[in-house]
Amino acid sequence: MGIHRGHRARPLEWIVEKFIFLVSLSAILMVFLIFLFIAREGLPIFLGQMNSALVQEVIPVSELDNLPPEKLVAYLGLTKKQFTEMDKESLRSLMEVKEEAQKEMPEEFRKDKDANINTTEWRYLLRPYQWTDYDKPVSIWQPVGQIPKYNIVPLFIGSLKTTLVGLLFSVPLAVAAAIYVSQMARPRMREIIKPAVELLSSIPSVVVGAFALLAMASVLQNLLGYQTRLNAFVAGIALGFAVIPIVFSISEDALTSVPASYTQAALALGSSKWQAAWQIVLPAALPGVFAATVLGFGRAIGETMIVLMVCSASVMSWNIFESARSITTTIAAEMGEVVNGGHHYRILFMLGSLLFAVTFLSNMTGDIIVHRFKRRLEGKR
Amino acid sequence: MPTQTTLAPAQGRHFRSQTFQFGSFFFTGLTGLATLLILGILATILIYVVAQGWQGLSWRFVSTIPEKNFFDPATTGVLPMIVGTTIRVIVMTIFVIPVGVITATYLTEYAQTTSLLTRLIRSAVNNLAGVPSIVFGLFGVGFFINFVGRNIDALFHQGESKWGHAGLIWASLTLAVMTLPVVIVATEESLRAIPPGLREASLALGASKLETIVRIVIPQALPGILTGGILAVSRAAGEVAPILFTGVAYYMSGLPKSLTNQFMDLGYHVYVLSTQSPDIEKTRPILYATVVVLLVLTFALNLVAILVRARVRKKLRALH
Repeated sequence: MGIHRGHRARPLEWIVEKFIFLVSLSAILMVFLIFLFIAREGLPIFLGQMNSALVQEVIPVSELDNLPPEKLVAYLGLTKKQFTEMDKESLRSLMEVKEEAQKEMPEEFRKDKDANINTTEWRYLLRPYQWTDYDKPVSIWQPVGQIPKYNIVPLFIGSLKTTLVGLLFSVPLAVAAAIYVSQMARPRMREIIKPAVELLSSIPSVVVGAFALLAMASVLQNLLGYQTRLNAFVAGIALGFAVIPIVFSISEDALTSVPASYTQAALALGSSKWQAAWQIVLPAALPGVFAATVLGFGRAIGETMIVLMVCSASVMSWNIFESARSITTTIAAEMGEVVNGGHHYRILFMLGSLLFAVTFLSNMTGDIIVHRFKRRLEGKR
Repeated sequence: MPTQTTLAPAQGRHFRSQTFQFGSFFFTGLTGLATLLILGILATILIYVVAQGWQGLSWRFVSTIPEKNFFDPATTGVLPMIVGTTIRVIVMTIFVIPVGVITATYLTEYAQTTSLLTRLIRSAVNNLAGVPSIVFGLFGVGFFINFVGRNIDALFHQGESKWGHAGLIWASLTLAVMTLPVVIVATEESLRAIPPGLREASLALGASKLETIVRIVIPQALPGILTGGILAVSRAAGEVAPILFTGVAYYMSGLPKSLTNQFMDLGYHVYVLSTQSPDIEKTRPILYATVVVLLVLTFALNLVAILVRARVRKKLRALH
């Protein structure tokens, strides 16, 4: 736009323009940093470098000088930086403490097979395992206790359960409302409804959560008569409240961007207004509606406070009328009490990076579909 | 646009003249009902909360610093929460507005719309908008507290923990990263609404591109930039997940004194009151009163933003 002048004439402007360019890269930098720092903290779990086994092989203190540094770092559970800052004496005392702790463990406990396994290994994270005193292999998330059990499958089920209920509730409603507003309603109605739905999106999620917990949960229980008052169904409906505005505004946008000539042609050929909307405009806008659903999924699976407040007991079940503990809930509820750098901390970051990956992919998909859809409507293929 | 009433019914099997009226009625009714239901949800939440919270509100309630046991309706107050939320939002605005506005300026005024880099920036902005808020919380811990804060301590304070712990500044910065897309998108929209003729006139009179942007474009876009800021503030004011581990405190005996202090927060207080109260029936009025305070804070701002934006959009539509 405009005339381009050489930078030699105005060196100061040249500098300022370069600065503007650099600042504009901040969004890319932030996405990169988020990925980097969350993955970094979770990396030892991904690579299987952590060891949560309570009974560990003891290396005698006298071996200190013969051990290679990598082995020592892994044995004492230090970071590289901590290791370089330590002198021989402190390393020796750390090894002594470790030996002492292992010695103090009761013999009975030492024989328990669960105390000898590393529960942060991938097979214990993903597959059911028969713990001592259990009569069959189970998948449980029980990070606090003598032997931490970190099976992440129930958390994924919890997230999907609440998200699916939320989407099943909100997508039909939001799309129908979008059709009404973009095709049927008078312009004046449109100007009232659209800001109202936007207002719904600005209700903080803690408020929706409090409303669902203290008012809606009992009403729904009385209506449907299920056992557990606070379950995935209630959480899903409340999630739906948060998803409706997103699905509505993106679908509405897609429906309005279908050229008016489509509708006019249909009307001219004798179809009624609703036939034009249902058979012409909606099929043309379908990719946009699908993208809205995908983006709504990303929003629902990442929502934290609503699910945290409504239900949080971890249950390995697909039944929507039982409780659920989602990935986000787990992170929010447990992050405050973990040891910085411990296994539990690392596993929560690992879950965070998985969550980031899932939402990243769903957002990318949604954006690509919207982009293609717009281009197609403009006639560029 | 021709209406269907003026058209003679066409011949042929595809024209369902029998079900015509019913179908139209059914379809309009169904979609209209969905719209009504959504508006009903909004109205129910708002009316319920306001009706329940109204009695709990008083001047004493918003101006009292509560004791450790803040579940007692007779003595509790929300002053430190209001102050905490306000400060974290203001600090956030100071960081996010300049970065957001400069990025939007680059995207609208300098970038070539088809270049790979521009598309990369745009998709990064879109992705940032979709990152779950709890992930921002983790990022705040992993990057701001454990990396930036700890390194500042190691470099300037000989390892003494001055910055490397949860505090106002880290919560605000985390929120700034989270609301960056909101500011960028709103600013871009308002920059695009400015007629190209204005820029061309300025350039024709001999102003350089940067002068045109700083003296002509930005001042014209100010309402839109303001809207972006307001939207970011109202989004951030209600968010709890990103500040859970980066700065919020369950209880503090006074107001925060420096940016490295922890703080109490309205949204988090709503969470605490509704999930950790020993007697929920007794705390219900103060819970809803706190919700009303939070909603007033976010809604008042939002309403302004929505109105300003509607005006900007109308201007935009008139131009194209």
